[in-house]
Amino acid sequence: MTDRYLQIDEVHMVFETRKGPFCALEEISLDIHAGEFVSLIGHSGCGKSTLLNIVAGLLKPTRGHIVLAEREVTGPGPDRGVVFQNHSLLPWLTCFENVHLAVERVFGATAKKAVLRERVHRALELVQLGHAEHKYPHEISGGMKQRVGIARALSIEPKVLLLDEPFGALDALTRARLQDELMRIVAATGSTVLMVTHDVDEAVFLSDRVVMMTNGPAATIGGILTIDLPRPRERIALAGHRRYMALRAELLEFLYRKQMREAA
Amino acid sequence: MSALPATVHTLKPPRVEIGPADESTQLHPAMNQASSAPEKPLYVRTRAPDWLPRVLAPFIGLALFVALWAIIARAGGRLPDPVSTWHSAVDVFSNPFYKKGPNDQGIGWNVLTSLGRVGIGFGLAALVGIPLGFMLGRFRFLSDMAAPIISILKPVSPLAWLPIGLMVFKAANPAAIYVIFVCSLWPMIVNTAVGVRHIPQDYLNVARVLNLSEWTIFRKILFPAVLPYMITGVRLSIGVAWLVIVAAEMLTGGVGIGFWVWDEWNNLNVQHIIIAIFTVGIVGLALEQGMILLARRFSYE
Repeated sequence: MTDRYLQIDEVHMVFETRKGPFCALEEISLDIHAGEFVSLIGHSGCGKSTLLNIVAGLLKPTRGHIVLAEREVTGPGPDRGVVFQNHSLLPWLTCFENVHLAVERVFGATAKKAVLRERVHRALELVQLGHAEHKYPHEISGGMKQRVGIARALSIEPKVLLLDEPFGALDALTRARLQDELMRIVAATGSTVLMVTHDVDEAVFLSDRVVMMTNGPAATIGGILTIDLPRPRERIALAGHRRYMALRAELLEFLYRKQMREAA
Repeated sequence: MSALPATVHTLKPPRVEIGPADESTQLHPAMNQASSAPEKPLYVRTRAPDWLPRVLAPFIGLALFVALWAIIARAGGRLPDPVSTWHSAVDVFSNPFYKKGPNDQGIGWNVLTSLGRVGIGFGLAALVGIPLGFMLGRFRFLSDMAAPIISILKPVSPLAWLPIGLMVFKAANPAAIYVIFVCSLWPMIVNTAVGVRHIPQDYLNVARVLNLSEWTIFRKILFPAVLPYMITGVRLSIGVAWLVIVAAEMLTGGVGIGFWVWDEWNNLNVQHIIIAIFTVGIVGLALEQGMILLARRFSYE
């Protein structure tokens, strides 16, 4: 069971457009184990976010299905924690209230108020934002907002964490810091993660496996790269690591030699 | 390849512009002086502070307005001059809440009565318009259904509804309230609907991935997201309602600032008409500013 914790089973996705049907994804099958960190990488428009949205339940696949912990996914639900690219915090709620909204939804029926509050505190402490819990989203930086987004997703103890280019909108230094933090959090919580990214370094640094997607239309899995770097990983030590360089080169080779011609 | 010539192009213009720039400074020595002036500290010290003209400007404008009024009044006609109007205003406002029968009451009562009608008519319009706006914003079909009706009725002067009001209610007061209701309704429906339609998809996705209940979605996402639009609708409605009440009361009579204007016209007391105009203007300004303050309270940016 742990080997097939999250199953993506022969998923096809066809969008009906004004110019006729558009096949976005074709024949995608992928099994993710419990506690695994898997990245989806590919050029923009290759349908990787579409695949993530299908797993999230926000889109229904035309064919195929998703099974999470032996239950078929039929729609969105709080057993999956989603971190959106642009944080998607509600601007009229404080950081605390934003996380509380999720916690109350999932645990509100069974737990006391004090327990819910404690959960929110813990989630915000986990992303080191305990000091900013009463601030509104417009009062904190982009990196902090994204951390609140991660706290909100983790606070409901999801079976799988879905990250849609979570650090894409951040500057390089903030992004590196948040990647370090995400790795620490995932190690601490043992989360299963599916992340969409277009950043080669991010994919290699964080993942156990990197799924390389071919260019759309009719995008599919072009190859899967197992990142056999030992954990815990350390950014500076890895920078000159020979295996890291080789994996990185392999990814670049796929993205820029095999896929670039079609993309251009 | 095409990128290379483009970069050359962007580099060139600054060099070419050095020539004309030099020429212009020679042609306009005044410009040259002005640009070097900030280097002299004396110049800065003698200048008036930046905020002074901004504070003075409104007073200068008002003073010019009153002066113009005085000149026109002196030139002849029956227009009273500012000084006599001022004395009359002091007199009117020294006892705003007297009652000498149904048709002779202080200006305070008249203003309050008008505000009361606006409040009731507008409140009823909010009760109907805001939920209706939510529904039109949420359901495409309802919106398409309502579109032609709203488009046709919105540009109609609210006063055109007055005869129907008089016919239905057979009394002046409810007819006036009904006119306010009609004219306040459209901005609230339209703005609320636009607000609902403009809720960012991201917020709704948050609701979906958490599987929030409809009631929670309404309380935590729809309502706060639409609130700024709703307040804009309310602000427009109150503005229109305050414009319309004066005209409606002129036609229906009774007590109210509009009736007061008409009554003073029948008495040929032009000073009181001018006082009424300023009173209506100041109350309208206060309503508008109050709504702007409210809007600022609920803005999240």
